[in-house]
Formats: sequence, structure tokens, C-alpha cells
Amino acid sequence: MDFSLSEEQQLIKESVDKFIAKDYVFENRNKILETEDRFSRDLWKQYAELGWLGMALPEEYGGFGGSAVENMLVSEAFGSAMVLEPYLSTVVMAANALVLAGGSEDQKKELVEQIIAGDLLISVAYAEAESGYNLANVSVTANGSGDSYSLNGEKIVVLNAPSADKFIVSARTSGEQSDQSGVSLFLVDANATGVELTSYNTMDGGRGANITFNNASATLLGAEGEGFEVLDQVIDIATAAICAQALGAMNTAFQRTLEYIKTREQFGVPIGTFQVLQHRLVDMFMAVEASRSMVYMVSMSLASDDANERRAAVSSAKAFMGPEARKVAQEAVQIHGGVGMTEELDVGHYFRYLTLFCGTFGSTDYHLKRFAELTQ
Amino acid sequence: MNIDFTAEELQFKEEVREWFNANLPADLKRKSELGIALNKEETQTWGKILNSNGWAAINWPKEYGGTGWSVSQKHLFDEVRVEVGAPNIMSMGVAMLGPVLHAFGTDEQKAEHLPRILNYDDWWCQGYSEPGAGSDLASLKTAAKLEGDEYVVNGSKIWTTYAHYADKMFCLVRTSTEGRKQEGISFLLLDMNDPGMTVRPIVSIDGEHHLNQTFMDDVRTHKSNLVHEENKGWTVAKYLLTHERTGIAGVAGSKAAIAKLKALAKKTIVDGKPAIENEQFAMKIAQVEVDLKALEYTNFRTLAASATGGAPGAESSLLKIKGTQIQQLLAELKVELAGYLAYPWGTLGEAGPEDFGHAVASYNFGRASTIYGGSTEVQYNVMSKGILGL
Ligand SMILES: Cc1cc2nc3c(=O)[nH]c(=O)nc-3n(C[C@H](O)[C@H](O)[C@H](O)COP(=O)(O)OP(=O)(O)OC[C@H]3O[C@@H](n4cnc5c(N)ncnc54)[C@H](O)[C@@H]3O)c2cc1C
Ligand SMILES: Cc1cc2nc3c(=O)[nH]c(=O)nc-3n(C[C@H](O)[C@H](O)[C@H](O)COP(=O)(O)OP(=O)(O)OC[C@H]3O[C@@H](n4cnc5c(N)ncnc54)[C@H](O)[C@@H]3O)c2cc1C
Repeated sequence: MDFSLSEEQQLIKESVDKFIAKDYVFENRNKILETEDRFSRDLWKQYAELGWLGMALPEEYGGFGGSAVENMLVSEAFGSAMVLEPYLSTVVMAANALVLAGGSEDQKKELVEQIIAGDLLISVAYAEAESGYNLANVSVTANGSGDSYSLNGEKIVVLNAPSADKFIVSARTSGEQSDQSGVSLFLVDANATGVELTSYNTMDGGRGANITFNNASATLLGAEGEGFEVLDQVIDIATAAICAQALGAMNTAFQRTLEYIKTREQFGVPIGTFQVLQHRLVDMFMAVEASRSMVYMVSMSLASDDANERRAAVSSAKAFMGPEARKVAQEAVQIHGGVGMTEELDVGHYFRYLTLFCGTFGSTDYHLKRFAELTQ
Repeated sequence: MNIDFTAEELQFKEEVREWFNANLPADLKRKSELGIALNKEETQTWGKILNSNGWAAINWPKEYGGTGWSVSQKHLFDEVRVEVGAPNIMSMGVAMLGPVLHAFGTDEQKAEHLPRILNYDDWWCQGYSEPGAGSDLASLKTAAKLEGDEYVVNGSKIWTTYAHYADKMFCLVRTSTEGRKQEGISFLLLDMNDPGMTVRPIVSIDGEHHLNQTFMDDVRTHKSNLVHEENKGWTVAKYLLTHERTGIAGVAGSKAAIAKLKALAKKTIVDGKPAIENEQFAMKIAQVEVDLKALEYTNFRTLAASATGGAPGAESSLLKIKGTQIQQLLAELKVELAGYLAYPWGTLGEAGPEDFGHAVASYNFGRASTIYGGSTEVQYNVMSKGILGL
């Protein structure tokens, strides 16, 4: 058993952590929120130059061949500052979808290389109005063959969609609405005719869109009808990444609260002298520590050859961390009192960020059920 | 023991229902059902409609233009109000200043302010909390010094809800620094238009502007705006806290929220079936409903006790702790039901079913209910001292 980082991993961690502490302070993030994209294209370029975008992607696609641990390190640091750049959408989700889908290597390689260089943004569109969290529940249809397919239907809450150059879209090529077989993945140009976005800001500060496809032309990724396994694995990888992000956010919210109760005085003493609050901070600390264990666990399990083992690991982490994240978020606000309720303090922003974590890529209930079914 | 309402009470309930159905404007009903706070004009519109029927102040005695209703009637009124989807407008004038003036106001103060409160002509805000004085309210520092016939006020209040709407503010100020902190506080009425009053907006985590910081810079007010005696403001504030607080448990509101949540869960299709058919989710609603039943009957017991003369004291802490817990759980479940539709922010009207439009914002703002009005932690302290004698 060894939980220590390799030398390279240690270096990555130090450089990402340093950047976050120095350049991604709350005020700077707020400035980014005032821009139209609501993320910084300059910083995105910088991440590419520092090699962060390709860190956990395979070498044959121009990446550095790192493992899920590298991805975990970046994700935790990004979560600790609620980084707005589309790392999750483009790198964790889209690049992994391209890598994992079968099909033309040349096409995929070019796209992943562009992603790693910071020149291409892709968002993955999978959720639908009535799909819940079931990735196989797909009503968007794709008709066609060979090089030419056309998509019809609607996807909801596609993160970072307004700034994406392309979308990877799950669509049904055969079967019933919830069949796993018959789900295929497609690549669609964001400005293709028949692609229409209803864009909005998202609660965590980013941008998202609902997308309707009206005979939109699309390129098949991998084998027709066999997209589910790929999508399922991509969402598992992404779930592990948001668990790491949530860990970072939980830890910051906890640290802020710990600092606050030492300095805020009421009744002539720091409120941290009240045992009630001391114990609550210990609870928050324990939530962070246990979550860290789950984040390590899931990061080490992602590479498993046994898909069910991977799924159970991911679901256990997400099911565990949902309630813990919510608790830390709620306690951070509560213990800050009135000031925790404001837009002016970062604590409320962590609260919103963690609220969204709970319902992303599967709720606590969804993952508990999935875990139960996988481990019966 | 008997939980039934009398025939007259049920008749009363029916009359209230009929009146609401005839007089509640459709646009206000819709906003209220979506959980959207009414703006100033809408609040005043609805307040004046209520007042035209003598229902602006259900907690006031008849002699001051209130309804003089029994606790049962107030309870039934509240039930019907949420049942028909009428807004629960918050008037600090009606809820707080009125009872204070009834008990401590001079005849002039009563004559000047009570009718304007009833008719929603004046919007009052509450200036208690300060940056350094929240739970420890008695440590407040905003100072009022008597110069001739005028008090000169200097300091700052914070978290002043709707100060940007307000015409007037009732506040606690320090008039003496001698003796116990509580003994140097006075209750003063200010005009928001007085020179030296400024209001800074504070946006809260629902993305809305409800809160403010208010600054008083040499604000002058005639000494006739002092309520009760100088340095007796703490008595006034404490009177308000122990004064009967109808509806502090929010039972009617939570019942309505459960009904709405169930209706929403019936029409929200999640992976091929209505969310209500997901047993995990249905059980969670059931759990809250069971908790609410316990609260409802505890509330009944408190109502019955106060009807026979017992003033609710520390017991109201119990109602607030459990009531807000249930409200927050219900808000949480609605966010859970929203799933990915929790993401769109601010402009959701166009982006998703509008039922979820305000689910998340309400959940966010709802976190405040365990902070204001005496935080949950402070309520625990009140109970451990006041009831358990610790
Ligand atoms: C099954 C069992 C086996 C044991 N075996 C041994 C043994 O082999 N040898 C031995 O020496 N002892 C033994 N003990 C004794 C054990 O260590 C004591 O019970 C323990 O230290 C608690 O002390 P107490 O029982 O006097 O409770 P108290 O110390 O009086 O505590 C009473 C309650 O108050 C709480 N409390 C106390 N202080 C605080 C505080 N500062 N803040 C908040 N809450 C507080 C406690 O958590 C507890 O809930 C055993 C006890 C049990 C139950
Ligand atoms: C939405 C909203 C609306 C409000 N509207 C108004 C208004 O209109 N007018 C007005 O005057 N005020 C208003 N307030 C202020 C409100 O009354 C205060 O926020 C409240 O009294 C808590 O004070 P604080 O925010 O300074 O927190 P603090 O008192 O600093 O409390 C911070 C944390 O410490 C805990 N704590 C404090 N003391 C103890 C203790 N002894 N033991 C254990 N824990 C303790 C608290 O429970 C809290 O969790 C509003 C607040 C909010 C959030």
C-alpha cells in the first residue's frame, strides 16, 4: 500500500496548487465571471502550455500518459478555487470519449491533439429532459449511415456548450428508448445547420445550454449502436473528477469556516470557543478526510479492467460524497451566519458549487441503487 | 382530548376560502405558487386588498384595526391562505412594530403609524443587527445622542431586509454605555429619507437583492420618535420575542410545499416514470411528511396552551428549530427532483420547466431561515437554559 505521489505527480501538484493560490483568488475569478465566455481563454492557453490539458491522456494521442491520479490532482486543485475553464467538459469528458470510442484513429488523434494544445473545445451532450441519470435513456435519434447521419431531438444542460466548437452527442440509432444497445456517439459541429442553443448562465458561475438538433449533420464516433459502454466509462471518469473537485471545494469551505470561527467574536469571545461549533467543525473535517479517502479510492479503481468493479467504485464514491458535500456546504453557510448568505463572500459560491455536485452524473440515490445492484 | 374544530370555525374557514377565491389577483397567485417573492408594489397591492376587508393584521387586537381572531381562526386562515396559493407577504410593520406600539407606543405614535401600517402606506424595516452584533445583539454600537429635542444617530445596521423598499426603520440604538449592555439600549423610529441615511445593497446567494447595509451618519430625529423610555429598548425587543408568534412553525406553508412537491414529482418523468414512483424519493417525502405531522401536533398543543392564557416562551424555539428544518429539507428535495435543471441560473424561465425555476434559488435563500430570527444554535441555547434549566 502506498498513497504517496510519484516525483512527477508531486511536481504537478505543486505547480497547480501554486497557480491556484496565486492566480485564481476569488477576486480574479469574479473578474472572469464578468466576461462573456465566463472563463478565460488566456488561462486555457496557459494550462495547455503548462501541459495540464494532456497530463492524463495517452501518449499516442499527444498526451503525457499520466493516470487518473494526475487528473485527480488537477481536479482537486481546480475545485478548491471553482475554476471556470472547461477542463471537465473538454478534457475529462470529450477527450476521453474520443480516446475510448473505436473508429478512425486519424480523426480522433487530430482532435485530441488540438484539445491538448488548447485549440479546440468540445462539450459532451448526453442528458435529456426525461432521461434522469440513465445514460441509456436516449430519445435523440440519428438516421443515416457511413459518413452521413442526421440528428433530431433535444439535449439539456450541456455544460460549456455556448463556447464549444463541437459536441459529442449520444443518439439512438436503433432499439427502444432505454436500451443500452443502439446508443451511438456522434461528433457535431457547433455551427452546423440544425443545431440550436438556448444558452444560460449556470448556478456555479459557468455557462450551459439546451441544444436542439433539427436534421443536424453528424459524424459517427466508433461503432454504430455501441456508444453506451464508452459513454458509461466517460461519465465514470468524469464522476471521479467531480468527486475530486468537490473534495477541493469542501476543503476550502471547511478551511474558511475554521478561520472564521477563530476570528468572529460574539458575546465577547471568538465563536470558536463554543463547543457546539467546535464539534461541528470536527464533523466537517471528518467529512473532508473521509471524502479524500474515497477520492483516492476511486482514482485508483478507474483503471480496472472489470467494468463492474469500476462502476461500483465510482458509485460508492459519489453516493458517499453527495451527503458529505451537502453537509459541509450547508454548515459553512450556517456557521458564517448572515455573511455566509452573501454573494460577496466566497463561502456562498462554494455552497452553490457543492449543491450542483450532488445532482451531477447521478444523485446520491441513483448511485446507491447502482452500487447495490452491482454488489448484490 | 379533541382535535376537531367547531362548526363555527369550519364555517369561518369556508368564508375565508370564498373571499380569497374572489379577491386574490391571478398574477399574484401565480407568482406566489412559483415561490417568487412579490416586489414592493405587488406587496402593497395585496396588503391594501387585505386591509379593505379588515384582514391586514391578523395578529393585532380589534381595537387597533386587527382581526382579534382566536388562535384557531388564525391557524385556519393560514391554512386557507396556502391552500389557495395566496402570498405570505412580510410586513415588519404588521408583524413587529404594530405589537410594539400597542404595548409601548404613545397615543400620538399609535395614531400616526398604526393606520399607515395597516394600509401598507409605510414600509418599515428592522434595524437591529450590526456587523459586530448578530447573535449577540446587546453588544450593538449604533449610538443615539440627545441634543436638544433631537437624537443624533451614528452607526451602521446590516442585513436590513428590504431597507431599499422602506420608508421607515425601527431600530435599536445605544443611548448609554453604563451598566449592563442591555440597559443602555433604546428603541427608536427613523425615516429612511432623513439626511444621513444611506443604504448599500447586499446580494444574497439566491442572486437576489433582499438585504442591505444601512449607514447612519448624523441622522437627526425628534425625541418623540423614541418608543418606551430611554434605555428600555431591550425590554421592548424582548417583549416582541416572547410575544405570540403565530405561524413560527410554518406548518401550513410546509404542508402546501409537500403537496406541491408531490404534484411536481407526479408530472416529472425521470427515466421512464414519474419521479413519485421512485420508491427512494417517495420515502424521503414521506419521512418529511411524518416529521411535519409531529410538528403540526406540537404546534396545536402550543396553540391550545396559548388560547388558555399560557404565553409561548422557550417553546417557540422548538417550533422554529423543527419548522425551519422541515422547510429546508423540502427545499432540498425539490432541488434533488430538479436534477440537471438545478444548473440554469437566473433566466430559467426560458430554459426549463418553470416549476424548477425558483427551486434552487429558494433552496439557497432558505438556508437563512436557520440564521435569522435567532439562529438554530441560539434557539438551542434558549431551550437548554429556558426549558431544561441548564
Ligand atoms: C464497557 C466499558 C469498559 C470499560 N473498561 C475500562 C477499563 O478496563 N479500565 C478503565 O480504567 N476504565 C474502563 N472504562 C471506563 C471508561 O474509560 C469511562 O467510562 C470513560 O472514560 C468515561 O468516563 P465516565 O464513565 O466517568 O463518564 P463521564 O466522563 O462522566 O462522561 C459522561 C458523559 O459526559 C460526556 N462528557 C464528558 N466530558 C465532556 C466534555 N468535556 N465535553 C462534552 N462531553 C463530555 C461524556 O462523553 C459522556 O457522554 C470502561 C467503560 C465501559 C463502558
Ligand atoms: C436573510 C436574512 C435576513 C435578515 N433580516 C434582518 C433584518 O431585517 N433586520 C435585522 O436587524 N437583522 C436581520 N438579519 C440578521 C440576523 O438576525 C443575523 O444574521 C443573526 O442574528 C445572526 O447574526 P450574525 O449573522 O452576525 O451571525 P453570528 O451571530 O456571528 O453567528 C455566526 C454563527 O455562530 C453561531 N453562534 C453565535 N452565538 C452562538 C452561541 N452562543 N452558541 C453557539 N453558536 C453560536 C450562530 O448560530 C451562527 O451559526 C437577517 C439575516 C439574514 C440572513
